[in-house]
This record gives sequence, C-alpha cells and structure tokens, in this order.
Amino acid sequence: MVGTAETLEQVQALEDRKYKYGFVTDIEMERAPKGLSEETIRFISAKKGEPDWMLEWRLKAYRHWLTMEEPDWAKLGYPPIDYQDAYYYAAPKSKDDKPKSLDEVDPELLATYEKLGIPLQEQKWLAGVAVDAVFDSVSVATTYKKKLEEKGIIFCSISEALRDHGDLVRQYIGSVVPYSDNFFATLNCAVFTDGSFVYIPKGVRCPMELSTYFRINASETGQFERTLIIADEGSYVSYLEGCTAPQRDENQLHAAVVELVALDDAEIKYSTVQNWYPGDENGVGGIYNFVTKRAACRGRNSKVAWTQVETGSAITWKYPSCILQGDNSVGEFYSVAITNNRQQADTGTKMIHIGKNTRSTIISKGISAGRANNTYRGLVKIMPKAENARNYTQCDSLLIGSKCGAHTVPYIEQRNPTAKVEHEATTAKISEDQLFYCQQRGLSEEDAVSVIVNGFCKEVMKELPMEFAVEAQKLIGISLEGSVG
Amino acid sequence: MAMERSYPAVLADRYAELAPTLAHHSVGWLNRLREESAARYRSAGLPTPRVEAWRFTNLKDLVATDFALAQALPPVALDSLPRSSLLAVNGHVLAFVNGKLRADLSTLDDLPAGVTLLPLSEALRREEGILSAHLGRVVETVENPFIDLNTALMEDGIVLSLAEGAVLDKPLHIVSIGVSTQGGDKPVAFFPRLLAVLGKNARATIFESHAGIGDGAYLSAMLSEIRLEEGAHLEHYQLQNEGRAAFHIANAYAQLAAGAVYDHFALQIGSRLSRNEVHAALLGEGARCHMNGAYLGLDKQHLDSTTFIDHAVPGCSSREVYKGVLDGQAHGVFQGKILVRRDAQQTDGHQLNRALLLSRGAEVNAKPELEIYADDVKCSHGATVGELDETQLFYLQARGIDRDSARALLIEAYVQEALDEIGNAEARLPFQRLVGGWLKSRKD
Repeated sequence: MVGTAETLEQVQALEDRKYKYGFVTDIEMERAPKGLSEETIRFISAKKGEPDWMLEWRLKAYRHWLTMEEPDWAKLGYPPIDYQDAYYYAAPKSKDDKPKSLDEVDPELLATYEKLGIPLQEQKWLAGVAVDAVFDSVSVATTYKKKLEEKGIIFCSISEALRDHGDLVRQYIGSVVPYSDNFFATLNCAVFTDGSFVYIPKGVRCPMELSTYFRINASETGQFERTLIIADEGSYVSYLEGCTAPQRDENQLHAAVVELVALDDAEIKYSTVQNWYPGDENGVGGIYNFVTKRAACRGRNSKVAWTQVETGSAITWKYPSCILQGDNSVGEFYSVAITNNRQQADTGTKMIHIGKNTRSTIISKGISAGRANNTYRGLVKIMPKAENARNYTQCDSLLIGSKCGAHTVPYIEQRNPTAKVEHEATTAKISEDQLFYCQQRGLSEEDAVSVIVNGFCKEVMKELPMEFAVEAQKLIGISLEGSVG
Repeated sequence: MAMERSYPAVLADRYAELAPTLAHHSVGWLNRLREESAARYRSAGLPTPRVEAWRFTNLKDLVATDFALAQALPPVALDSLPRSSLLAVNGHVLAFVNGKLRADLSTLDDLPAGVTLLPLSEALRREEGILSAHLGRVVETVENPFIDLNTALMEDGIVLSLAEGAVLDKPLHIVSIGVSTQGGDKPVAFFPRLLAVLGKNARATIFESHAGIGDGAYLSAMLSEIRLEEGAHLEHYQLQNEGRAAFHIANAYAQLAAGAVYDHFALQIGSRLSRNEVHAALLGEGARCHMNGAYLGLDKQHLDSTTFIDHAVPGCSSREVYKGVLDGQAHGVFQGKILVRRDAQQTDGHQLNRALLLSRGAEVNAKPELEIYADDVKCSHGATVGELDETQLFYLQARGIDRDSARALLIEAYVQEALDEIGNAEARLPFQRLVGGWLKSRKD
C-alpha cells in the first residue's frame, strides 16, 4: 500500500498538471546535417568509428527503406511525418574525451539525472542497479562494469560493443529483427545511433538488474536506439528500460529496435516503464513512439518475459514479441497501457509458436481516459509443428469518461490440432459502487480512481521488479490525473 | 515485391454486355444505380489479403477464373440434387437456378394481408415503389466491392415487404441452386438479391438454402438488404451447401430500428471457398441481435464467417456464438467485430467463437474484435481453438463407447452448442439434420 499512498501524494503535488519531467537541458550538441541520405548514414557511421560491414548493413537497410511504405493498419491518426525534417545524429560534445569517472561528466547532465531520480551516484548502490544512461544518443556513463566483468557479463553501449566485441554483435544483430523487417525497424537499422548491448555467458545468473534510462533531449532529434541482449545457455538476466523526456511542442519520432536472444535454458526478463512526454491536454507535442521489440527463444526451455507499463508518448506503436522456436520455450507478455487526453496507443504482442510444448501467456490491461484511444493488437500463431503448444490471453479494457475509446484486436492463427489457444477480452468502466465505496472512506474521487486502476492492473504490476513497481504505480496515478470530475 | 491491395475487377466488363439485355433497363434510376456501382467496382477491383478485412481469405483462385453470366436455364435434371442437401422447410418457396427464377419449383401460396412477396425480376418490371424507396439504401454508405458487383449484375432475387403489424404466416424458403457448366463452357456467375423490409411490429422468417449440382466451378454472390422498423422481428437462417468447386460470397446487411429483433443463424458446409458476411446496425434503442453460426470444413475447403455488429445507440444488446469444426486440410476463418459508438451507452455485447481442429493440416484463423467508444457498456469476447478434450474422450471410452463413436459424439455436442442458440425449435431441426449428415459423411 506504500506505493498507493505515494501515488496519492504525487497526484496532490501535481495540481498544476504539468508533466513532471518536462524540462530541457541545455547542452551543446554535435549534429549531423538535417535530413536523411546516404551521406547522413556515412556521417553517423564514421562518427562512431564503425567497421565497414556495419556501414554496408546500414546502407543496405536505407536502400530497402526507400522502397517501403509507412504502415497504416494501426488504429492511429497523426499528421504525416517528414523524415527529411529531422536530425539523425546528435551527441553530447564531450564525447571525444569520454569521462573516465562521474566527476568528469557534464554537471548539467548529472543535474538532469538528479531531477529524474536516476540513481547514478550513491543511489545506484542502494537501488542495486547498474546504469547505462543514454543521454540522447551516446552513452556517457556505464557503471558496475567491473562487477559485471568479473562474471564475464558484457554490458555496454552498442557502439562500444561494435568496437570491442564486433564478432558477437555481427553474429546476432539483425538476426531477430532483420534489416528488412518493417518500415520503422528498417529506418532504425539505417540510422541507429546508440543503445545497449548485453551478453550473459553460459550458466551465469546476472547478479543485479541491468538498467538503461533513455532520455530524449535535443529538440527535433529523432531517437533511434538499438538494444541487443544475448542470454547464453543456462543464463539469466533481468533488464529494465525506463524513459522520461523533457517537455516541448515539437513532435519527436522515436523508432527503437530491441532484439533479445535466449539460448538453451536461458531466461530474459525485460521490463519497461515508458513515460515520454505525451503531449498536452490538446494533443500538442508529444513523442511518436514506433518500436520494434522481438525476442527469439532459440533454445530448449528458454524463456522471455516482457513486462511493460506504457503511460507516455502521444503515439505508441509497439508489439513486443516472442518467437518460440526452441522446444518447451516460454513467452510471456504483461502490459499496462494508459492513455489520457489525446494520447493514442496501439500496442500488444505476437507469440509465434514453432517448437513443441511451447507456452505463452498474455495479460493486457488497457486504460483509456479523456479523448484517448487505446488498442490492444495481438497475434497468437501456432505453426504446424508446435505440438501441444498452449496459449492463454486475457485482455481487459477500462474506460474512464465517455469520450475515449478502447479496442481489442486479437488475431489467432492455429495450424496444429494438439495446440490450445484461449482468448478472453472484457470491457468495463469503473463502477459507481467502487467509487462510492472509496469515497465514503474519505478518498477524493481522483484518489479513488487511482486506487481502483492500480487494482485493475495488479496482475501486471506484480511482474515488475520492485523498484520499477513503485515508480509505475506513481505513474498510473499521474497519468490519469484530471480524467474524472 | 509489395503485394497490391486489389485484384483486377473480374466480371467488370460483363456489365456492358449485360446492360442492353436487362429486361428492365428502361428504369432510369435503377440503371443509374447500376452504372455507378459498375464504375465503382471497376476502379476498386477485388481486395487482396493486403486489405485488412481480407487478410485470411485470398480471392486469387476466384480472380483467376473466367466467369460468364448465366444464360438460359441449364438442361440439368434437378432430381440429381438430393433433397437432404437443402433445409427441409414447409413454407413459401422461391427457387432459383443459376440465379434465374424457376417458377415451376416455386410456390407462393396465398399471402396474408399486408405482405408483398415476389421475385425481384417481377418487382423490377412493375417498378414497385418499394424498390425505388429501398433498393440499395441499406448498403448506401458501405464500401464493399461485392455490393457494387451485385448491384451492377443482379438479375433476379426476392422482394419481401411487410406492412405495419403484418405477419408472414409461413417461413419463406429461398432456394438457390448453382449448376456448374459442362464441357468447354465458362463457369457461370450469378448475383441473387434479397430485399426485406419489415414495417413496425411485423414478423417474418426467412430460410435460405444454397446448394449445387455438378463438380465444376461457379460463383454465387448474393446480397441481402434488410430493414427492420420499430419492433419488427426477423428470423433469418442460412445454409451454405454449395457444390464443392463453387465460390460463395454472400453479404447480408441489416438495419434495426428501436426494439427490432434480428435473429440470425448460418451454417456453412459447402463450396471450395466461401465468405459469409453478416452485418447488423442497431440504430434504435432496445434493438437486439443474435448472430450465430457454425462452419464445418473438410478436405481443402476454405470457409470464412465474417460478422459485424454496430451498436449506434444506447441500450441495445447483441449476442454471438460461432463454432467451427475443421477436418482434412480445411481452413476456417472467423472475424467478428463489435463496434460500440460514442452514444451507445448501456450496450450489452457478447461474442464467443470456438473452433475444433480434427486433423493435421487443418487451420483456423480468428479475429474477434472490439471497438468501443462508450464507457458504460458490458462487452466481452472469447475465443478458443483446440482439439477434442482427452479427458472427455476417456470418460466416454471408460463407459464402453469405442473411440470413434466417442469422438463423433463429442463433435456433435460441440456443434450443438451453436445450434442451441437457434431459439426457434422448428428452425433448429433442419439444421440438426444437416449437421448429422455431415458428421456421418466424415471419415475418421
């Protein structure tokens, strides 16, 4: 209940209804010329000192991207994006002489993190979190490296990984999300600037939760992160991704790609709290978030669990997926998506069952308030050889107010008679009885909504790592602020 | 590499060929309607699986077939059609062969007062007011190339109109028989049209039996327009038992005024490729819709059931149960959408879709969809796909029933769940017979 109490405080503290993390840090940026061309891509690649094969791959992706059409099947409406009207590379100036220790890090940057509550200093210890903080595009600080190195774990920015572990990156990058996968992923292949790389060696259980905070900062700079996590045989890792962004009016494009590879008996737990600027009450500004996240459960008994709490962004287009290739592999997807004001979310998952005895669970909670639209879109596909595969899907939607929308679009494709697929979906509103009960016990209407919604989401929230769960509970309260009364 | 969103508009050129031969082509408003439809269809073409609504059903085989419009009645003895392939119903009968009326097979006994029931060809000749007032109105704003195709090329069909409070004494049984051509003749295509307008508190029951003679291909593409005024009640039962090389693309659109009830059930067992679409728009408060069905597939059949329920106003309810059984390499598709518009508070909408896969190679694709813009609603859908329950089989076997019989029993019980949704026991019976026959013909 501590979290709930804090939620209430948080809501109280936010009477001005301003986005909590809405501030812009003023740091000199080094930019690629505006617009997208082979030149831009060569610039990015040269800037990062990448091997030739990487540049070739980027260019191959770019040329393919030119032949692609932007997808229009999602239930999203937004003005056309001008891909030439954006900068594709921005790095903090201090990049060339990368800080050896935190003392050397730009104090303004540290102050930014301080405001965000990122435990980059002592708090890291308390939180037990190693942080690979991404400020715009270039990693500026990676901590706990030593401790992880002892175990043979590689946790670094993908640029570093390209330099120091080129073969490993080359072996896996694009193996889950190929360069030609979809419009936004292909764009990412061409112009990604940074991201995280994790390799957990055989039999190693990562001793701490790995975390990257993504920040979008420079105005008009699209963010193209690329994350690659490989869990070798018998290993385990829990990875946290959280994001907040400063407030501004310019719509920002974000097209990240996350690739996970789990080999025999390996397990990856990937948790996200996404709280980018959603735009104001009238839908002005806000992040466009087009993300491709996919996991390959390649080995026997491998397991991947996606947990996401999506409260931010003006547009969310995101379908964390699992390819259950290895026999007995397991995929899980737990999602809370909250949309308020004019936010639009089209999110869900894909579970592709290929191996025998593969299992998947999908729990999705969509909450829609204001004039927002929230869509669950999910695919469960059972291939002919997936003997005894099993899927259970539950999608619940909650509507707050009479001007929002909640939609459920599941796809079931079943090609093996021994497999079982179950799907359930419900839609409801917060009942008058529930509200009355809470209010009668002294809660304001808004607090009551927060408590009820947190209860509605509990099945998903309990899957989050502890420190994330607290933050996420607060976010739920904040996101729905102003939605009743 | 990217696949186009539309196939060429097959049959589009047939309009020019048909236009001068249309017996009723002197009717100006109708010809305009046809011409507009033909033009729209020609430019839109037919959807490929790139179009979301058609992602599970590919019309490429239909598009690749060179169809001709049905000419004179085929010289085929209708005795070759087993009675058991139609619904056994006593009522008024309007029978069509390759889309053309067979008066000799039709029986329109004395109709009660307030009931107009006649073949479309006759209504067109007489230019019934009912046609100019209603034909094309229900589907006016709908984008669906098969609507345009039907409007452009329809030659005959059924017009049923009931005045306020009128009751159709006996069920109307529409029998449509497709006869595939022999030898070198092109496969035929026909486009039956049903227009049913029920005035306030009127009641009627319509059965449709679609069956085929011969092993060849043909295309049967019926369009039904249904308008139910306040408190009207229509029971609408469809059997799709076309020839096994036939294409069946049927569309039914119903509009319900306040308090109207639309009871629908569709059984699909025939054809090589079929798509049965049923749409209901609940436009008046308190309208109710039951949309149920079953699809039983064998061999390489492709059976698509697509439904859409549009809750446009407050206080309406809809209930939907669909069951599928797929054997051999059959491919079943269920797409069911429930839309609850902004004003449609107190909507009660439930949908259940279950499918049973009996063999390796069988496939099912399901897309139950909720699109909801009102908050005070109760909506749910459920979908399951799987095989027969081993514990249930064991239970029956432990009681001395051999495995094959036990399987047959469980499959029957499975389908029965959908049949049970037919509220009218008399209407349920003919479907039960057909399902029973299908189960017997199926080999384990």
